[in-house]
Amino acid sequence: MNLVGYLFCSSIGRKIIMAVTGLILIGFVAGHLVGNLQIFQEPDHINGYGQFLHSLGALLWVARLVIIASVVLHIWAATALTLENKKARGTDYGFKHTIQATLASRAMRWTGYIVLAFLLYHLAHFTVGLAQTGTFKENLPHYTMGSDYRVAGFVAVKAGTPEVLDVYNMVVLGFQNPIVSLFYIIAVGLLSVHLLHGIDSLFQTLGLRNAKWSAGLHKIAVVLCLVYFLGNLAIPGAVLAGKLQPRAASVAAAHAK
Amino acid sequence: MVAENTTKNLSITLRVWRQAGPNQPGKFVDYQSKDLNPNMSFLEMLDVVNDELTLKGEEPIAFAHDCREGICGTCSCTINGKAHGPGKGIATCQVYMRAFRDGDVITVEPFRATAFPIVKDLITDRSAFDKIQQAGGFITARTGSAPDANALPVPKPDADLAMDAAACIGCGACVAACKNASAMLFVAAKVSHLGLLPQGQAERDQRVLAMVSTMDALGFGNCTNQYECSAACPKLITHDFIARMNRDYLGATLRSAFKPAPLGTGGGAG
Ligand code: HEM
Ligand code: SF4
Ligand code: FES
Repeated sequence: MNLVGYLFCSSIGRKIIMAVTGLILIGFVAGHLVGNLQIFQEPDHINGYGQFLHSLGALLWVARLVIIASVVLHIWAATALTLENKKARGTDYGFKHTIQATLASRAMRWTGYIVLAFLLYHLAHFTVGLAQTGTFKENLPHYTMGSDYRVAGFVAVKAGTPEVLDVYNMVVLGFQNPIVSLFYIIAVGLLSVHLLHGIDSLFQTLGLRNAKWSAGLHKIAVVLCLVYFLGNLAIPGAVLAGKLQPRAASVAAAHAK
Repeated sequence: MVAENTTKNLSITLRVWRQAGPNQPGKFVDYQSKDLNPNMSFLEMLDVVNDELTLKGEEPIAFAHDCREGICGTCSCTINGKAHGPGKGIATCQVYMRAFRDGDVITVEPFRATAFPIVKDLITDRSAFDKIQQAGGFITARTGSAPDANALPVPKPDADLAMDAAACIGCGACVAACKNASAMLFVAAKVSHLGLLPQGQAERDQRVLAMVSTMDALGFGNCTNQYECSAACPKLITHDFIARMNRDYLGATLRSAFKPAPLGTGGGAG
Protein backbone atom coordinates (compact mmCIF):
# COMPACT_ATOMS: atom_id res chain seq x y z
CA MET A 1 0.00 0.00 0.00
CA ASN A 2 1.11 3.62 -0.50
CA LEU A 3 0.82 6.60 1.83
CA VAL A 4 -2.70 7.53 0.69
CA GLY A 5 -3.84 3.94 1.03
CA TYR A 6 -2.44 3.65 4.56
CA LEU A 7 -4.13 6.90 5.60
CA PHE A 8 -7.53 6.42 3.98
CA CYS A 9 -8.04 2.66 4.25
CA SER A 10 -6.53 1.53 7.54
CA SER A 11 -8.08 1.90 10.97
CA ILE A 12 -5.21 3.94 12.41
CA GLY A 13 -4.90 6.02 9.21
CA ARG A 14 -8.53 7.10 9.33
CA LYS A 15 -8.18 7.85 13.05
CA ILE A 16 -5.23 10.09 12.19
CA ILE A 17 -7.36 11.85 9.57
CA MET A 18 -10.04 12.36 12.20
CA ALA A 19 -7.52 13.71 14.72
CA VAL A 20 -5.83 16.10 12.27
CA THR A 21 -9.10 17.42 10.86
CA GLY A 22 -10.43 17.67 14.43
CA LEU A 23 -7.38 19.74 15.35
CA ILE A 24 -7.93 22.05 12.35
CA LEU A 25 -11.57 22.46 13.38
CA ILE A 26 -10.57 23.21 16.98
CA GLY A 27 -8.25 25.92 15.66
CA PHE A 28 -11.12 27.29 13.63
CA VAL A 29 -13.75 27.30 16.39
CA ALA A 30 -11.29 28.85 18.85
CA GLY A 31 -10.32 31.62 16.41
CA HIS A 32 -13.97 32.12 15.50
CA LEU A 33 -14.88 32.61 19.16
CA VAL A 34 -12.10 35.14 19.74
CA GLY A 35 -13.31 37.08 16.69
CA ASN A 36 -16.91 36.96 17.85
CA LEU A 37 -16.11 38.19 21.35
CA GLN A 38 -15.37 41.58 19.73
CA ILE A 39 -19.12 42.08 19.94
CA PHE A 40 -18.52 43.26 23.50
CA GLN A 41 -16.61 46.24 22.09
CA GLU A 42 -17.97 49.07 19.94
CA PRO A 43 -19.76 47.88 16.73
CA ASP A 44 -16.76 49.25 14.77
CA HIS A 45 -14.82 46.17 15.93
CA ILE A 46 -17.00 43.27 14.85
CA ASN A 47 -18.25 45.09 11.76
CA GLY A 48 -14.72 46.07 10.82
CA TYR A 49 -13.63 42.47 11.42
CA GLY A 50 -16.33 41.20 9.06
CA GLN A 51 -15.36 43.76 6.44
CA PHE A 52 -11.70 42.81 6.82
CA LEU A 53 -12.41 39.07 6.34
CA HIS A 54 -14.45 39.76 3.20
CA SER A 55 -11.70 41.99 1.85
CA LEU A 56 -9.37 38.97 1.87
CA GLY A 57 -11.21 37.59 -1.17
CA ALA A 58 -9.41 34.50 -2.48
CA LEU A 59 -7.61 33.97 0.83
CA LEU A 60 -10.96 33.76 2.63
CA TRP A 61 -12.02 31.08 0.17
CA VAL A 62 -8.85 29.09 0.77
CA ALA A 63 -9.59 29.13 4.51
CA ARG A 64 -13.21 28.16 3.85
CA LEU A 65 -12.20 25.27 1.61
CA VAL A 66 -9.77 23.94 4.24
CA ILE A 67 -12.55 24.05 6.83
CA ILE A 68 -15.12 22.45 4.53
CA ALA A 69 -12.66 19.70 3.58
CA SER A 70 -11.90 19.12 7.26
CA VAL A 71 -15.58 18.81 8.16
CA VAL A 72 -16.23 16.43 5.27
CA LEU A 73 -13.20 14.23 6.03
CA HIS A 74 -13.89 14.25 9.76
CA ILE A 75 -17.47 13.13 9.34
CA TRP A 76 -16.60 10.64 6.62
CA ALA A 77 -13.97 9.00 8.86
CA ALA A 78 -16.26 9.06 11.90
CA THR A 79 -19.12 7.45 9.97
CA ALA A 80 -17.01 4.84 8.18
CA LEU A 81 -15.28 3.77 11.40
CA THR A 82 -18.56 3.69 13.35
CA LEU A 83 -20.22 1.44 10.78
CA GLU A 84 -17.26 -0.97 10.94
CA ASN A 85 -17.36 -0.92 14.72
CA LYS A 86 -21.01 -1.96 14.77
CA LYS A 87 -20.19 -4.85 12.45
CA ALA A 88 -17.15 -5.87 14.50
CA ARG A 89 -19.22 -6.57 17.60
CA GLY A 90 -21.84 -8.66 15.80
CA THR A 91 -24.19 -9.96 18.48
CA ASP A 92 -24.53 -7.47 21.31
CA TYR A 93 -23.87 -8.40 24.93
CA GLY A 94 -26.92 -9.51 26.90
CA PHE A 95 -25.47 -7.84 29.98
CA LYS A 96 -24.06 -4.42 29.16
CA HIS A 97 -21.36 -2.99 31.36
CA THR A 98 -18.89 -0.12 31.11
CA ILE A 99 -15.74 -0.23 33.21
CA GLN A 100 -14.39 3.27 32.79
CA ALA A 101 -15.26 4.87 29.44
CA THR A 102 -16.46 8.42 30.05
CA LEU A 103 -19.92 9.66 29.10
CA ALA A 104 -18.34 12.21 26.75
CA SER A 105 -16.47 9.44 24.91
CA ARG A 106 -19.60 7.33 24.55
CA ALA A 107 -21.66 10.24 23.25
CA MET A 108 -19.23 11.26 20.47
CA ARG A 109 -21.58 10.31 17.63
CA TRP A 110 -24.57 12.05 19.20
CA THR A 111 -22.70 15.22 20.05
CA GLY A 112 -20.99 15.14 16.64
CA TYR A 113 -24.13 14.81 14.53
CA ILE A 114 -26.05 17.41 16.55
CA VAL A 115 -23.12 19.80 16.12
CA LEU A 116 -23.30 19.11 12.37
CA ALA A 117 -27.00 20.01 12.33
CA PHE A 118 -26.15 23.18 14.22
CA LEU A 119 -23.35 23.97 11.79
CA LEU A 120 -25.78 23.86 8.86
CA TYR A 121 -28.29 26.06 10.67
CA HIS A 122 -25.53 28.47 11.67
CA LEU A 123 -24.43 28.88 8.04
CA ALA A 124 -28.03 29.39 6.96
CA HIS A 125 -28.43 31.96 9.69
CA PHE A 126 -25.38 34.23 9.59
CA THR A 127 -23.62 33.37 6.30
CA VAL A 128 -26.37 32.75 3.74
CA GLY A 129 -29.35 34.41 5.40
CA LEU A 130 -31.93 31.65 4.90
CA ALA A 131 -33.00 31.73 8.56
CA GLN A 132 -34.15 35.00 10.18
CA THR A 133 -33.88 36.68 6.77
CA GLY A 134 -35.39 39.93 8.05
CA THR A 135 -32.40 40.69 10.25
CA PHE A 136 -29.78 39.22 7.87
CA LYS A 137 -26.80 41.56 7.41
CA GLU A 138 -27.56 42.18 3.71
CA ASN A 139 -31.06 43.33 4.62
CA LEU A 140 -30.12 45.66 7.47
CA PRO A 141 -29.18 49.31 6.80
CA HIS A 142 -25.47 49.40 6.03
CA TYR A 143 -22.99 50.67 8.56
CA THR A 144 -20.41 53.44 8.32
CA MET A 145 -17.18 52.89 10.29
CA GLY A 146 -16.77 55.40 13.13
CA SER A 147 -13.08 54.61 13.69
CA ASP A 148 -10.24 52.61 12.13
CA TYR A 149 -10.29 48.81 12.48
CA ARG A 150 -6.76 47.55 13.02
CA VAL A 151 -5.32 44.06 12.53
CA ALA A 152 -1.92 43.53 14.14
CA GLY A 153 -1.44 47.30 14.33
CA PHE A 154 -2.17 47.96 10.66
CA VAL A 155 -5.30 49.78 9.60
CA ALA A 156 -7.45 47.16 7.85
CA VAL A 157 -10.67 49.16 7.51
CA LYS A 158 -10.52 52.97 7.55
CA ALA A 159 -12.77 55.21 9.64
CA GLY A 160 -15.62 56.54 7.53
CA THR A 161 -15.78 53.45 5.25
CA PRO A 162 -19.44 53.32 4.15
CA GLU A 163 -21.54 50.33 3.10
CA VAL A 164 -20.14 47.99 5.78
CA LEU A 165 -22.41 45.04 6.63
CA ASP A 166 -23.91 45.43 10.10
CA VAL A 167 -22.86 42.16 11.74
CA TYR A 168 -23.31 43.66 15.19
CA ASN A 169 -27.03 44.28 14.79
CA MET A 170 -27.61 41.01 12.95
CA VAL A 171 -26.20 39.02 15.85
CA VAL A 172 -27.92 41.01 18.58
CA LEU A 173 -31.31 40.98 16.83
CA GLY A 174 -30.95 37.27 16.02
CA PHE A 175 -30.19 36.29 19.60
CA GLN A 176 -33.15 38.29 20.91
CA ASN A 177 -35.17 35.26 19.85
CA PRO A 178 -34.85 33.02 22.93
CA ILE A 179 -35.38 29.81 20.91
CA VAL A 180 -32.52 30.66 18.57
CA SER A 181 -30.32 31.56 21.52
CA LEU A 182 -31.19 28.39 23.39
CA PHE A 183 -30.34 26.28 20.33
CA TYR A 184 -26.95 28.00 20.11
CA ILE A 185 -26.24 27.49 23.78
CA ILE A 186 -27.18 23.79 23.68
CA ALA A 187 -25.17 23.24 20.51
CA VAL A 188 -21.97 24.85 21.81
CA GLY A 189 -22.49 22.93 25.06
CA LEU A 190 -22.58 19.68 23.11
CA LEU A 191 -19.57 20.75 21.06
CA SER A 192 -17.71 21.40 24.32
CA VAL A 193 -18.58 17.88 25.49
CA HIS A 194 -17.42 16.54 22.09
CA LEU A 195 -14.13 18.33 22.53
CA LEU A 196 -13.73 17.08 26.09
CA HIS A 197 -13.08 13.61 24.70
CA GLY A 198 -11.84 14.90 21.36
CA ILE A 199 -8.84 16.79 22.75
CA ASP A 200 -7.83 13.87 24.98
CA SER A 201 -8.36 11.47 22.13
CA LEU A 202 -6.39 13.32 19.50
CA PHE A 203 -3.18 13.20 21.53
CA GLN A 204 -3.57 9.44 21.93
CA THR A 205 -4.32 8.98 18.22
CA LEU A 206 -1.26 10.97 17.20
CA GLY A 207 0.80 9.01 19.71
CA LEU A 208 1.65 12.04 21.82
CA ARG A 209 0.47 10.72 25.13
CA ASN A 210 1.43 8.38 27.95
CA ALA A 211 0.65 7.89 31.65
CA LYS A 212 2.98 10.74 32.60
CA TRP A 213 1.19 13.22 30.34
CA SER A 214 -2.38 12.01 30.50
CA ALA A 215 -3.52 13.70 33.72
CA GLY A 216 -2.08 17.04 32.61
CA LEU A 217 -3.55 16.73 29.12
CA HIS A 218 -6.94 15.91 30.57
CA LYS A 219 -6.84 18.99 32.81
CA ILE A 220 -5.94 21.15 29.82
CA ALA A 221 -8.85 19.64 27.88
CA VAL A 222 -11.30 20.34 30.71
CA VAL A 223 -10.14 23.97 31.09
CA LEU A 224 -10.20 24.62 27.32
CA CYS A 225 -13.70 23.18 26.98
CA LEU A 226 -15.00 25.16 29.93
CA VAL A 227 -13.50 28.42 28.65
CA TYR A 228 -14.83 27.66 25.18
CA PHE A 229 -18.32 27.02 26.49
CA LEU A 230 -18.42 30.10 28.75
CA GLY A 231 -17.06 32.31 25.96
CA ASN A 232 -19.79 31.12 23.64
CA LEU A 233 -22.46 31.35 26.32
CA ALA A 234 -21.54 35.01 26.93
CA ILE A 235 -22.84 36.28 23.57
CA PRO A 236 -26.46 35.00 23.50
CA GLY A 237 -26.45 35.25 27.32
CA ALA A 238 -25.64 38.97 27.22
CA VAL A 239 -28.28 39.59 24.54
CA LEU A 240 -30.99 37.73 26.48
CA ALA A 241 -29.99 39.55 29.69
CA GLY A 242 -30.35 42.86 27.84
CA LYS A 243 -26.68 43.76 28.25
CA LEU A 244 -26.15 43.92 24.48
CA GLN A 245 -28.65 46.19 22.75
CA PRO A 246 -29.08 46.85 19.04
CA ARG A 247 -28.26 50.32 17.81
CA ALA A 248 -31.48 52.29 17.46
CA ALA A 249 -31.38 53.22 13.77
CA SER A 250 -31.08 49.67 12.54
CA VAL A 251 -33.78 48.38 14.85
CA ALA A 252 -36.22 50.89 13.50
CA ALA A 253 -35.29 49.91 9.96
CA ALA A 254 -35.62 46.20 10.71
CA HIS A 255 -39.03 46.61 12.22
CA ALA A 256 -40.12 48.78 9.34
CA LYS A 257 -39.51 45.94 6.84
CA MET B 1 -10.67 -12.93 61.81
CA VAL B 2 -11.89 -14.58 58.64
CA ALA B 3 -14.14 -12.57 56.34
CA GLU B 4 -17.67 -13.91 56.12
CA ASN B 5 -17.62 -14.13 52.35
CA THR B 6 -14.89 -16.78 52.60
CA THR B 7 -16.68 -19.00 55.11
CA LYS B 8 -20.38 -19.02 54.20
CA ASN B 9 -21.55 -21.20 51.34
CA LEU B 10 -23.59 -19.46 48.67
CA SER B 11 -26.32 -20.21 46.16
CA ILE B 12 -26.53 -18.48 42.84
CA THR B 13 -28.49 -18.35 39.60
CA LEU B 14 -26.27 -18.82 36.55
CA ARG B 15 -27.58 -17.23 33.36
CA VAL B 16 -25.48 -18.84 30.65
CA TRP B 17 -25.32 -18.33 26.89
CA ARG B 18 -26.04 -21.70 25.29
CA GLN B 19 -25.31 -22.15 21.61
CA ALA B 20 -25.07 -25.59 20.05
CA GLY B 21 -22.51 -24.67 17.42
CA PRO B 22 -21.19 -22.03 15.02
CA ASN B 23 -23.91 -20.07 13.24
CA GLN B 24 -26.60 -21.70 15.39
CA PRO B 25 -29.05 -19.51 17.27
CA GLY B 26 -28.08 -19.01 20.92
CA LYS B 27 -29.98 -18.04 24.04
CA PHE B 28 -29.57 -17.50 27.76
CA VAL B 29 -30.53 -20.42 30.01
CA ASP B 30 -30.83 -20.17 33.80
CA TYR B 31 -29.33 -22.78 36.15
CA GLN B 32 -29.63 -22.83 39.94
CA SER B 33 -26.50 -23.80 41.82
CA LYS B 34 -26.77 -24.32 45.59
CA ASP B 35 -24.43 -24.55 48.53
CA LEU B 36 -21.23 -23.58 46.75
CA ASN B 37 -17.95 -23.29 48.64
CA PRO B 38 -16.96 -19.58 48.34
CA ASN B 39 -13.31 -20.54 47.93
CA MET B 40 -13.83 -22.56 44.79
CA SER B 41 -12.84 -20.84 41.60
CA PHE B 42 -15.37 -19.68 39.04
CA LEU B 43 -14.31 -22.46 36.67
CA GLU B 44 -14.64 -25.06 39.47
CA MET B 45 -18.17 -23.79 39.99
CA LEU B 46 -18.81 -24.40 36.28
CA ASP B 47 -17.34 -27.91 36.74
CA VAL B 48 -19.80 -28.56 39.59
CA VAL B 49 -22.74 -27.28 37.54
CA ASN B 50 -21.60 -29.43 34.60
CA ASP B 51 -21.40 -32.54 36.83
CA GLU B 52 -25.00 -31.95 37.84
CA LEU B 53 -26.04 -31.40 34.22
CA THR B 54 -24.27 -34.60 33.15
CA LEU B 55 -25.99 -36.62 35.88
CA LYS B 56 -29.32 -35.25 34.68
CA GLY B 57 -28.41 -36.32 31.16
CA GLU B 58 -28.18 -32.75 29.85
CA GLU B 59 -25.43 -31.28 27.68
CA PRO B 60 -22.74 -29.68 29.90
CA ILE B 61 -21.77 -26.05 29.37
CA ALA B 62 -18.78 -25.82 27.02
CA PHE B 63 -16.11 -23.41 28.22
CA ALA B 64 -12.43 -22.95 27.36
CA HIS B 65 -9.68 -23.34 29.94
CA ASP B 66 -6.21 -24.73 30.25
CA CYS B 67 -3.67 -23.57 32.85
CA ARG B 68 -6.20 -22.28 35.38
CA GLU B 69 -3.53 -20.02 36.82
CA GLY B 70 -3.77 -16.94 34.63
CA ILE B 71 -0.88 -17.56 32.26
CA CYS B 72 -2.20 -19.25 29.13
CA GLY B 73 -5.03 -16.96 28.03
CA THR B 74 -7.42 -19.78 27.17
CA CYS B 75 -10.25 -19.04 29.57
CA SER B 76 -12.58 -16.45 28.13
CA CYS B 77 -15.89 -15.68 29.77
CA THR B 78 -17.67 -12.37 29.96
CA ILE B 79 -19.12 -12.36 33.47
CA ASN B 80 -21.78 -9.75 34.24
CA GLY B 81 -20.72 -7.77 31.19
CA LYS B 82 -17.02 -7.67 32.08
CA ALA B 83 -14.46 -9.73 30.20
CA HIS B 84 -12.84 -12.07 32.76
CA GLY B 85 -15.36 -10.99 35.38
CA PRO B 86 -14.94 -8.99 38.58
CA GLY B 87 -11.51 -7.99 39.82
CA LYS B 88 -8.58 -6.16 38.26
CA GLY B 89 -5.64 -7.81 36.55
CA ILE B 90 -6.97 -11.37 36.64
CA ALA B 91 -8.29 -13.92 34.16
CA THR B 92 -11.57 -15.81 34.48
CA CYS B 93 -9.72 -18.77 36.02
CA GLN B 94 -8.54 -16.50 38.85
CA VAL B 95 -12.04 -15.37 39.82
CA TYR B 96 -13.30 -16.96 43.06
CA MET B 97 -16.89 -17.45 44.12
CA ARG B 98 -16.30 -15.21 47.16
CA ALA B 99 -16.38 -12.32 44.68
CA PHE B 100 -20.15 -12.87 44.52
CA ARG B 101 -22.96 -12.75 47.07
CA ASP B 102 -25.50 -15.32 48.08
CA GLY B 103 -28.53 -15.07 45.79
CA ASP B 104 -26.69 -13.31 42.93
CA VAL B 105 -27.75 -13.79 39.34
CA ILE B 106 -24.52 -14.18 37.35
CA THR B 107 -24.67 -13.67 33.59
CA VAL B 108 -22.00 -15.57 31.64
CA GLU B 109 -21.49 -14.97 27.91
CA PRO B 110 -18.76 -15.64 25.38
CA PHE B 111 -16.37 -12.87 24.27
CA ARG B 112 -18.41 -11.13 21.59
CA ALA B 113 -16.67 -10.12 18.37
CA THR B 114 -17.29 -10.98 14.74
CA ALA B 115 -13.60 -11.86 14.44
CA PHE B 116 -14.00 -14.39 17.32
CA PRO B 117 -16.82 -16.65 16.05
CA ILE B 118 -18.53 -18.80 18.66
CA VAL B 119 -17.59 -22.49 18.51
CA LYS B 120 -20.00 -23.61 21.19
CA ASP B 121 -21.60 -22.03 24.28
CA LEU B 122 -18.82 -19.98 25.88
CA ILE B 123 -16.02 -21.09 23.55
CA THR B 124 -14.85 -18.73 20.83
CA ASP B 125 -12.38 -19.25 18.02
CA ARG B 126 -9.63 -16.71 18.64
CA SER B 127 -7.29 -17.91 15.91
CA ALA B 128 -7.61 -14.44 14.35
CA PHE B 129 -4.93 -13.45 16.86
CA ASP B 130 -2.63 -16.13 15.45
CA LYS B 131 -3.08 -14.68 11.97
CA ILE B 132 -2.07 -11.24 13.24
CA GLN B 133 1.00 -12.76 14.90
CA GLN B 134 1.92 -14.59 11.71
CA ALA B 135 1.78 -11.29 9.82
CA GLY B 136 4.66 -9.79 11.81
CA GLY B 137 4.83 -10.84 15.44
CA PHE B 138 8.26 -12.41 15.05
CA ILE B 139 11.86 -11.63 14.23
CA THR B 140 13.81 -13.30 11.46
CA ALA B 141 16.74 -15.06 13.12
CA ARG B 142 19.31 -17.71 12.32
CA THR B 143 18.33 -21.07 13.71
CA GLY B 144 20.88 -23.32 15.34
CA SER B 145 22.58 -23.04 18.68
CA ALA B 146 21.29 -20.37 21.06
CA PRO B 147 23.20 -17.06 20.90
CA ASP B 148 25.39 -16.10 23.83
CA ALA B 149 23.45 -14.52 26.65
CA ASN B 150 23.93 -10.74 26.76
CA ALA B 151 25.72 -10.73 23.41
CA LEU B 152 23.34 -7.94 22.47
CA PRO B 153 23.09 -5.46 25.32
CA VAL B 154 19.61 -4.07 26.00
CA PRO B 155 19.19 -1.03 28.25
CA LYS B 156 17.38 -2.04 31.43
CA PRO B 157 14.41 0.39 31.03
CA ASP B 158 13.83 -0.91 27.48
CA ALA B 159 14.03 -4.50 28.64
CA ASP B 160 11.55 -3.79 31.43
CA LEU B 161 9.12 -2.04 29.10
CA ALA B 162 9.42 -4.81 26.51
CA MET B 163 8.68 -7.33 29.28
CA ASP B 164 5.55 -5.35 30.26
CA ALA B 165 4.33 -5.67 26.68
CA ALA B 166 5.40 -9.30 26.45
CA ALA B 167 3.20 -10.11 29.46
CA CYS B 168 0.22 -10.23 27.06
CA ILE B 169 -1.21 -13.76 27.10
CA GLY B 170 -3.30 -13.27 23.96
CA CYS B 171 -6.58 -13.95 25.73
CA GLY B 172 -8.69 -11.51 23.69
CA ALA B 173 -10.31 -9.78 26.67
CA CYS B 174 -9.29 -6.42 25.23
CA VAL B 175 -11.39 -7.16 22.13
CA ALA B 176 -14.27 -8.41 24.25
CA ALA B 177 -14.22 -5.35 26.51
CA CYS B 178 -13.74 -2.76 23.76
CA LYS B 179 -16.95 -0.95 22.78
CA ASN B 180 -15.87 -1.49 19.16
CA ALA B 181 -14.35 -4.98 19.42
CA SER B 182 -10.99 -3.48 18.48
CA ALA B 183 -7.80 -5.52 18.86
CA MET B 184 -5.55 -2.47 19.28
CA LEU B 185 -4.30 -3.37 22.77
CA PHE B 186 -3.24 -6.88 21.76
CA VAL B 187 -1.60 -5.71 18.54
CA ALA B 188 0.06 -2.78 20.33
CA ALA B 189 1.48 -5.16 22.93
CA LYS B 190 2.90 -7.47 20.27
CA VAL B 191 4.24 -4.62 18.11
CA SER B 192 5.86 -2.91 21.11
CA HIS B 193 7.33 -6.03 22.66
CA LEU B 194 9.56 -6.61 19.63
CA GLY B 195 9.82 -2.99 18.54
CA LEU B 196 11.43 -2.00 21.84
CA LEU B 197 14.27 -4.48 21.50
CA PRO B 198 17.34 -4.25 19.24
CA GLN B 199 16.47 -7.62 17.67
CA GLY B 200 13.15 -6.20 16.50
CA GLN B 201 14.51 -3.17 14.65
CA ALA B 202 15.17 -4.61 11.18
CA GLU B 203 11.54 -5.53 10.64
CA ARG B 204 10.02 -2.81 12.80
CA ASP B 205 8.22 -0.75 10.13
CA GLN B 206 7.14 -3.74 8.12
CA ARG B 207 5.86 -5.39 11.33
CA VAL B 208 3.57 -2.58 12.42
CA LEU B 209 2.19 -2.02 8.91
CA ALA B 210 1.53 -5.73 8.31
CA MET B 211 0.05 -6.47 11.72
CA VAL B 212 -2.32 -3.48 11.56
CA SER B 213 -3.39 -4.36 8.00
CA THR B 214 -4.11 -7.94 9.06
CA MET B 215 -6.00 -6.75 12.13
CA ASP B 216 -8.17 -4.53 9.90
CA ALA B 217 -8.74 -7.27 7.32
CA LEU B 218 -9.93 -9.73 9.99
CA GLY B 219 -12.85 -7.47 10.90
CA PHE B 220 -11.81 -6.10 14.27
CA GLY B 221 -13.24 -2.66 15.09
CA ASN B 222 -11.48 0.68 15.41
CA CYS B 223 -10.16 2.23 18.59
CA THR B 224 -12.04 5.18 20.11
CA ASN B 225 -9.57 5.75 22.94
CA GLN B 226 -11.95 4.81 25.73
CA TYR B 227 -9.52 2.39 27.39
CA GLU B 228 -11.99 -0.33 28.32
CA CYS B 229 -9.31 -2.74 27.02
CA SER B 230 -6.57 -1.94 29.49
CA ALA B 231 -9.11 -1.88 32.32
CA ALA B 232 -10.20 -5.44 31.49
CA CYS B 233 -6.75 -6.83 30.61
CA PRO B 234 -5.71 -9.61 33.02
CA LYS B 235 -2.08 -8.57 32.57
CA LEU B 236 -2.81 -4.83 32.93
CA ILE B 237 -1.18 -4.05 29.60
CA THR B 238 -1.32 -0.26 29.38
CA HIS B 239 -2.95 1.67 26.54
CA ASP B 240 0.24 3.72 26.42
CA PHE B 241 1.34 0.95 24.06
CA ILE B 242 -1.53 1.91 21.75
CA ALA B 243 -0.25 5.50 21.61
CA ARG B 244 3.20 4.08 20.92
CA MET B 245 1.85 1.92 18.10
CA ASN B 246 -0.03 4.88 16.59
CA ARG B 247 3.25 6.81 16.57
CA ASP B 248 5.10 3.85 15.12
CA TYR B 249 2.47 3.38 12.42
CA LEU B 250 2.51 7.02 11.36
CA GLY B 251 6.31 6.96 11.23
CA ALA B 252 6.35 3.70 9.29
CA THR B 253 3.89 4.95 6.65
CA LEU B 254 5.99 8.08 6.11
CA ARG B 255 9.30 6.18 6.09
CA SER B 256 7.98 3.56 3.68
CA ALA B 257 6.66 6.26 1.35
CA PHE B 258 9.99 8.12 1.19
CA LYS B 259 12.38 5.19 1.39
CA PRO B 260 15.02 5.25 -1.36
CA ALA B 261 14.83 2.19 -3.62
CA PRO B 262 17.89 -0.05 -3.82
CA LEU B 263 19.72 -0.01 -7.16
CA GLY B 264 19.39 -3.75 -7.52
CA THR B 265 22.94 -4.20 -8.83
CA GLY B 266 23.38 -7.29 -6.76
CA GLY B 267 26.09 -6.04 -4.44
CA GLY B 268 28.12 -8.42 -2.37
CA ALA B 269 31.06 -10.37 -3.69
CA GLY B 270 29.36 -11.40 -6.95
C1 HEM C 1 -16.64 21.94 14.81
C2 HEM C 1 -16.84 20.68 14.75
C3 HEM C 1 -15.98 19.56 15.31
C4 HEM C 1 -14.78 19.58 15.99
C5 HEM C 1 -13.95 20.77 16.37
C6 HEM C 1 -14.44 18.18 16.26
C7 HEM C 1 -13.29 17.76 16.92
C8 HEM C 1 -12.94 16.43 17.14
C9 HEM C 1 -11.70 15.96 17.66
C10 HEM C 1 -10.52 16.83 18.05
C11 HEM C 1 -11.76 14.60 17.73
C12 HEM C 1 -10.68 13.65 18.23
C13 HEM C 1 -9.99 12.91 17.10
C14 HEM C 1 -9.47 11.57 17.51
O1 HEM C 1 -8.36 11.48 18.02
O2 HEM C 1 -10.17 10.59 17.31
C15 HEM C 1 -13.04 14.20 17.28
C16 HEM C 1 -13.47 12.91 17.23
C17 HEM C 1 -14.68 12.52 16.72
N1 HEM C 1 -15.63 13.33 16.13
FE1 HEM C 1 -15.52 15.34 15.97
N2 HEM C 1 -15.42 17.36 15.79
C18 HEM C 1 -16.38 18.17 15.18
C19 HEM C 1 -17.52 17.76 14.56
C20 HEM C 1 -17.92 16.45 14.45
C21 HEM C 1 -19.08 16.05 13.74
C22 HEM C 1 -20.02 16.96 12.97
C23 HEM C 1 -19.16 14.71 13.88
C24 HEM C 1 -20.28 13.92 13.27
C25 HEM C 1 -20.30 12.69 13.15
C26 HEM C 1 -18.05 14.26 14.69
C27 HEM C 1 -17.81 12.95 15.11
C28 HEM C 1 -16.68 12.53 15.76
C29 HEM C 1 -16.42 11.17 16.16
C30 HEM C 1 -17.33 9.98 15.97
C31 HEM C 1 -15.15 11.16 16.75
C32 HEM C 1 -14.40 9.94 17.23
C33 HEM C 1 -14.43 9.84 18.67
C34 HEM C 1 -13.57 8.76 19.21
O3 HEM C 1 -12.60 8.34 18.58
O4 HEM C 1 -13.91 8.35 20.31
N3 HEM C 1 -17.31 15.35 15.02
N4 HEM C 1 -13.76 15.34 16.91
S1 SF4 D 1 -3.60 -7.17 25.78
FE1 SF4 D 1 -4.38 -8.03 27.74
S2 SF4 D 1 -6.56 -8.43 27.28
FE2 SF4 D 1 -5.56 -8.17 25.29
S3 SF4 D 1 -4.98 -10.23 24.64
FE3 SF4 D 1 -3.19 -9.40 25.73
S4 SF4 D 1 -3.47 -10.09 27.85
FE4 SF4 D 1 -5.47 -10.37 26.86
S1 FES E 1 -7.06 -20.93 31.96
FE1 FES E 1 -5.07 -20.19 31.46
S2 FES E 1 -5.33 -18.07 31.79
FE2 FES E 1 -7.21 -18.84 32.52
